[in-house]
Amino acid sequence: MSLLEVSDLAMRFGGLLAVSGFNLRLNKGELVGIIGPNGSGKTTLFNMITGFYRPTEGKIVLNGKDITGLRPDQITALGVARIFQNSRLFRDLTVLDNVLIGHHFRMRSSPVEAVFRLPRYVGEERQACDEASRLLEGLGLASFEREIARSLPYGLQRKLEVARALATKPSLLLLDEPATGMSIEETTELMDFVLRLRGDYELTILLIEHHMRVVMGICERMTVLNYGKTIAQGTPEEIQNNPEVIKAYLGAE
Amino acid sequence: MKREWNVGLVLSALSAAVVLLLAWWAQGRLGGYLVRLVHMWGIYVIFVVSFNLIYGYTGQFSLAHAGLTAIGAYTVALLTLSPGAKQAMFLLVPPTWPISVVQWPFFPALVLSGLLAAVVGFGVGAPALRLRGDYLLIVTLGFSEIIRLLLAALPTVSNGALGLVGIPTYTNLVWVWACAMAAIFVTKRLVDSSYGRALKCIREDEIAAEAMGVRLYYHKLMAFTISAFFTGIGGALLANLLRTVDPRTFAPSLSYVVITMAVLGGVDSLTGAVLAAGIYTVMSEILRVVESPITLLGIHVRGFPGLRTLAFAVMLLLLIRFYRKGLMGGREFSWHSASVKLRGLTTAMKGKGGEE
Repeated sequence: MSLLEVSDLAMRFGGLLAVSGFNLRLNKGELVGIIGPNGSGKTTLFNMITGFYRPTEGKIVLNGKDITGLRPDQITALGVARIFQNSRLFRDLTVLDNVLIGHHFRMRSSPVEAVFRLPRYVGEERQACDEASRLLEGLGLASFEREIARSLPYGLQRKLEVARALATKPSLLLLDEPATGMSIEETTELMDFVLRLRGDYELTILLIEHHMRVVMGICERMTVLNYGKTIAQGTPEEIQNNPEVIKAYLGAE
Repeated sequence: MKREWNVGLVLSALSAAVVLLLAWWAQGRLGGYLVRLVHMWGIYVIFVVSFNLIYGYTGQFSLAHAGLTAIGAYTVALLTLSPGAKQAMFLLVPPTWPISVVQWPFFPALVLSGLLAAVVGFGVGAPALRLRGDYLLIVTLGFSEIIRLLLAALPTVSNGALGLVGIPTYTNLVWVWACAMAAIFVTKRLVDSSYGRALKCIREDEIAAEAMGVRLYYHKLMAFTISAFFTGIGGALLANLLRTVDPRTFAPSLSYVVITMAVLGGVDSLTGAVLAAGIYTVMSEILRVVESPITLLGIHVRGFPGLRTLAFAVMLLLLIRFYRKGLMGGREFSWHSASVKLRGLTTAMKGKGGEE
């Protein structure tokens, strides 16, 4: 069964057609890459799937449920997590708090129960803390729990962003250029990490990347965007030899 | 870990009791002038704490304070004044029906002041909190001004520009400080909870907070309504202390005073709020000097009323330039850190004793 089904998606900003006629079907457990030059509409696509933009046309179906036009927090609650292109950690909060916030939307206790620390709230909070600690331990961040997020080195901050996204217990993870600002070795390490996550957390992953080399190695399928249009779809080998793609990346002969 | 927390709670409860005892003791012992200052201090604490909740922790800059204070103040005044007193006071037109006959005891009137402010706060917040940043500021400033103008324009409700006088005084230091501590307790417990974490995330980055599943609107509105409730309570206590209210009492400058204190203490510190409210209260008395006539080296300078406000403005500018995080800079007093410091102090003293 397909986890995500996007059909005929289009986004128009005034006179600019940022994305048009986009179709994608993601099966459970797949790792699919979306590549394309700068400004080809990759991030706009993510903004539509996560609810930050309401698509001008088209439909997004998650697990058989139409999620087009829902608010971002509703879509997160339905199991879509996202990692932003530019770090968007809660920099002044602790590492643990950054992860704990991912549990908040599941909290059933009211603010009144929270203020008076009634049993249901205390139980929920303790469970969230336990789960968050376990998650941080699994990603090797346990020793930084009490640190302020901004004091972590860059690499660990990126990792914390992944941890934070996983705290919402997503079934679909959207990664927006996770390798930005990383060296070749760091990038390889990151990709191994992503592959390991997919197995450990039973994730389906949609990965945006600007550099083709990064995605070639790990994606099963790819979609190539240029000027908001899908110019190619297929396995990495098919993409590599596609004349349209070469033209988009290297310019016309 | 858990035991330590309970010890802290017991200590807090004990010191709250001590504060109330002190307040009760001071009421009769301190002179009227000092009692009034401690009174103002407590009321300012309530204002600053409620402002910190919405601005310091949630990051929503609101100027609704003056308007919400006015609602609390007028509610308690109209509810506690006797029907006869109101009839005599409303010179232009007689008061409208429920106001003309109602007289409530102080406590329910106080609670209703808070609730009414909360309801109005909810009503303003519901549309206004959909706006961000500067727009929220403009809407809330407009709201405060509308309330003030309505009070002046509705003589059958508020006695118009004449205001209300002879409001019976029920409040004393115990009332004020009990309310102040209740505001601190609720705010502290809220911001330390999962809900408080959500508020702080909204302050840090709304987009990321939303992506983490936080319902922005719900949380902003919750913080705004709770803040409005306490602001209303503060307004009610203020009316009771001043004994007279008129629309000019609630000019926008009231909001600015609260903001000055909040910035002075550090907007996300409740300890800072208490300190800053105290400092402001004392300073505004000391600075009366600049408003009175002075003779210096044979040159006579006549006093300029309002110069104090200028002094505070300069102070605020310097503060923002050199000490942006305020006195406490987000830190809080806690029993744990106090005990650590105390232990450090005793070891240091013992060490010195050993040297001698």
